[in-house]
Amino acid sequence: MMPVILWTDALIFLLAAVVIVFVIYARSKPHLRAPWYRVFTGRIAAGSVVVLLAFVVTGLLDSVHFRLRLENNGNHNANHYSGEVLSILDVLLGPIRTRVEKTYSAPFATHLFAKETIELDDGTKVRDYPRLHYGGQHLPDSGEGKWQDILQRSLLAISEALLASALILYATAALLGRRTARSAREMVLAIWRRETGLPWRTLLTITTLLLLLFFLVLNLASAFHVLGTDKVGQDVFYLTLKSIRTGLVIGTLTTLIMLPFAIFLGIVAGYARGWIDDVVQYIYTTLNSIPGVLLIAASILMLQVYIGNHPEYFETTVERADIRLLFLCIILGITSWTGLCRLLRGESLKLREAEYIQAAVSFGVAHGKIITRHILPNVMHVVLITVVLDFSGLVLAEAVLSYVGVGVDPTMNSWGNMINSARLEMAREPVVWWSLLSAFLFMFVLVLAANLFADAVRDAFDPRTRAR
Amino acid sequence: MTQTLLTLDNVCVKLGHGETAIQPVDRVSLAIQRGETYALLGESGCGKSMTALSILRLLPQPIGRITSGMIHLGDRDLTSLPESEMRRIRGRRISMIFQEPMTSLNPVLTIGQQIAEVLSQHHGMKGRVAQDRVLELLDAVGIPDTRRRFREYPHQLSGGMKQRVMISIALAGEPDLLIADEPTTALDVTIQAQVLELLQRLQQKTRMAILLITHDLGIVAGMADRVAVMYAGQIVEEASRDCFFGNARHPYSRKLFESLPEVHKREHALDTIKGTVPSLDRVFTGCRFVDRCDYAWDLCHSRIPDWNRAEKGHHARCHLLDQSLSVPASVAGVRSDSAIAAAHHSRGERLLQITDLKVHFPIHKGIFKRVAGYVYAVDGVTLSIPRGNTQALVGESGCGKTTVGKGILQLLRPTAGSVRFEDIELTTLKGSQLRKQRSNFQFIFQDPYSSMNPRMMVGDIVEEGMIAQGIGRNRQERRVRVEELFRKVGLSPEHAQRYPHEFSGGQRQRICIARALAVDPRLVICDEPTSALDVSVQAQILNLLKELQNTLGLSYLFITHNLSVVSYLADRVAVMYLGRIVEEGPVAGVLESPLHPYTRALLSAVPVIEADSAREIIRLEGDLPSPSNPPRGCHFHPRCPEAMDVCRTQYPGETRNDDHSVCCFLHQ
Repeated sequence: MMPVILWTDALIFLLAAVVIVFVIYARSKPHLRAPWYRVFTGRIAAGSVVVLLAFVVTGLLDSVHFRLRLENNGNHNANHYSGEVLSILDVLLGPIRTRVEKTYSAPFATHLFAKETIELDDGTKVRDYPRLHYGGQHLPDSGEGKWQDILQRSLLAISEALLASALILYATAALLGRRTARSAREMVLAIWRRETGLPWRTLLTITTLLLLLFFLVLNLASAFHVLGTDKVGQDVFYLTLKSIRTGLVIGTLTTLIMLPFAIFLGIVAGYARGWIDDVVQYIYTTLNSIPGVLLIAASILMLQVYIGNHPEYFETTVERADIRLLFLCIILGITSWTGLCRLLRGESLKLREAEYIQAAVSFGVAHGKIITRHILPNVMHVVLITVVLDFSGLVLAEAVLSYVGVGVDPTMNSWGNMINSARLEMAREPVVWWSLLSAFLFMFVLVLAANLFADAVRDAFDPRTRAR
Repeated sequence: MTQTLLTLDNVCVKLGHGETAIQPVDRVSLAIQRGETYALLGESGCGKSMTALSILRLLPQPIGRITSGMIHLGDRDLTSLPESEMRRIRGRRISMIFQEPMTSLNPVLTIGQQIAEVLSQHHGMKGRVAQDRVLELLDAVGIPDTRRRFREYPHQLSGGMKQRVMISIALAGEPDLLIADEPTTALDVTIQAQVLELLQRLQQKTRMAILLITHDLGIVAGMADRVAVMYAGQIVEEASRDCFFGNARHPYSRKLFESLPEVHKREHALDTIKGTVPSLDRVFTGCRFVDRCDYAWDLCHSRIPDWNRAEKGHHARCHLLDQSLSVPASVAGVRSDSAIAAAHHSRGERLLQITDLKVHFPIHKGIFKRVAGYVYAVDGVTLSIPRGNTQALVGESGCGKTTVGKGILQLLRPTAGSVRFEDIELTTLKGSQLRKQRSNFQFIFQDPYSSMNPRMMVGDIVEEGMIAQGIGRNRQERRVRVEELFRKVGLSPEHAQRYPHEFSGGQRQRICIARALAVDPRLVICDEPTSALDVSVQAQILNLLKELQNTLGLSYLFITHNLSVVSYLADRVAVMYLGRIVEEGPVAGVLESPLHPYTRALLSAVPVIEADSAREIIRLEGDLPSPSNPPRGCHFHPRCPEAMDVCRTQYPGETRNDDHSVCCFLHQ
């Protein structure tokens, strides 16, 4: 096995490391710990965090890439590696990934979605719905007893999920109980009556729901295509899961690239005023008056030519798709910092007249210190809100760009590509609805959870809302 | 003939639900007669505005509600009326004017439209008839040139004008009762005097009753017929004006009088009310004032005082007045004597000398931001401050007094003139040289709420200046000093780990003072440090400032519009008008025998408690002119009652008599 570190992988793990370091830092500082604690005491926020974590874990699992070693034929010593780059998620989802049907099939179907001419064993040809190779294999050809089978598997999944969540509940209660010197039994009751500091009941309820989904999928996906298959017969559920990483990368890395521009230029323009302000304003006004899509299209097409001319730099298709994703993030970042920059400029224009800034000036505090200690923390809520709102906007922008053909690589799994292909699927009769629906569902849940979480964070960090 | 117009009977108001609910109004009963002015006096947060809003049933929704009690207007119970009926009462029978005239008018409608709206709502007046009535109303509130004003928008009017328009809107429905919620708090004293006089004149004409809500004892003394004092949601004393000012019975009312800064209290510390107002979310088992009262004894903690009668029409909620109780002897005469005599400091050598200071702001116009003119915010100010003294700078808002302060600190770079601190010329210093000097002079801001970074702990806020000035070798040393400073300004050192919003206004101002002291300044510029605070808290801050001056030998430049604070605290006073000093001299000289007509008008416009019939009140007409286009000649001549021909053409030079100087042709 040979590990493959893609550019976006590296950046994502860098980001994860930064977040972890920040968490450790914040735990030691009472004034940072208190507001974050307040975030997690909100029931809605705590629930969203669990959902977000599920997405993030999926995304991280999908960000550890490697190439498997091919069986050595014995004729020479050198190792040969497969051209296919896999992630841990791919391995975990192994069966779902490899069981490819011929073409479209509906969720839980046993037969293909469209009629085909089938040659029977006796040589006669009939026009009928062909049997799927994998979906519902264990059932008789007529598909009889399918719903009963689904019901059985679901019941099994529910009992497994309940069992697992009971175990988790007990473990949590025991751990919490040890801290407060109470028995696990008492603690379970306390959790149920919502007498705990953190909303453990909500946290555990959401976890139970997620476990339920997990076990349902585990039981059903081994036998069926739970969300159907796409045009080339790939399992839609697998594609949707793979798209999570793309969505997260676009949403987070783009902001990561955009933030330094927006924060630095915005604050400096507002704080320094004069000619610096003029220059920054001219830059972002000019940038804003160029249609963003054109700029992105131009850059992506240039990049494509470059990739085409230098195939030697990219060993695999995944690497090629990845460099395109990274550039998409960079380009999106460069074109999207203007909005936040404008907001921050206005905010710091206002703040520099605030009395506490004047007080700092009258102490002879240096400009750099004033910016980092007084202005930056007081515009962070603007940054936070913009980042989260942009997150959903960026996921959508990716879809639009894929539609135009300048988005992520067509070989890359993304909700944008799924929605793009749904354009044709929705025009069919009967309609193929499941690709669009699953992309929509996952995107919706992710964006909703992120928005709810951001709301809670803003409420906790904004001193004005806290005073009430 | 008196006749009861409005009665409140045991009205209780609750805000919020469940455990966090507070009760800002608790069993308030009062009666307002036709044609009288009833003053509701109290500090911020005591429930006076909530009482007013409950009368109009305009409590903040959805959290506010009247939980019990009855409000009768004539013989109708307002608490049980349906909303549609209530709308016919608001504006028609009862009108209200608010504190802030800037935000009470709709900026996209003309003055005329806004008044006509009330007329069509309550009288069905439309078209010409309505317009004539609007002009009549504008005329009644003393707005000149009504035909032009009719078509103007709120931003084209000054603050005083806007409040007049608000009053004319309130009058349009010809109400029986006018609720005036701090109607002049946002206005300057000379404008305040105009508005109060207007209210009195209108009341005589229309015989409407006024419920005047205020925190200013002076206004109450000048306006009210009856006074009720509110404390923590209850009326603690009610009396006629003369009774109240002659012989206030409740300890809280007396404390309010004693904490007012005045000339004759100069040698002593002001009396303060210890502690803070109790939070209103709990159930009281005794007197609400007990923790802050000098007279309290055991019974005050355990029993709620009755509404005791002192004499006819004079009641107070205090056990001291209860005839059936025997007051313990140890209590009766207790008087907190916290008099710290102000050490008399001789006039030290000169610390700061500003000469002909000018701060002009360019006005940019057009696409190329051409300079089209200047705002002459400060236009030639000369002032010197000796060591260990307090120089006051008084004037109305917009006269440039804050700009002087910022110009001295080089927060605003002066256009011309010199600022000399000891032997260093500050106006030419740059960058790090200036930064090094900054520890010598510090600024205390007006609003303690906005002068601290809300995201920093107060300990860090105080420490910041020390880091910038390199005071204290390490973090440990600085921390020790922060704790010491906290103790010095009367806060506990544990408070350092908290955020600014966790403190009350007075505590925040203490922190601001601690922050300023952290760098060992020799000159502190105080910009209205007490104008955002209640009287009792103001007394605490003034005491602290005075004490610090005595122990540390600080010099103050005290910028304020409050002349009673000046008379209590300052050694010398300079009066500013439109960017220039018109009169300067020792406090006693300027306040007792003012020379400039503006100073005289300013002094006479301040509402005072001692009703002195001989006092001649000089009413100034009009508003402060714009500093971008000052009048030719003496800046004051358009408003001056004694203007002569020469005043219109020439700016008067300085006339000096001993150490009292004035710029006026009357004295040349």
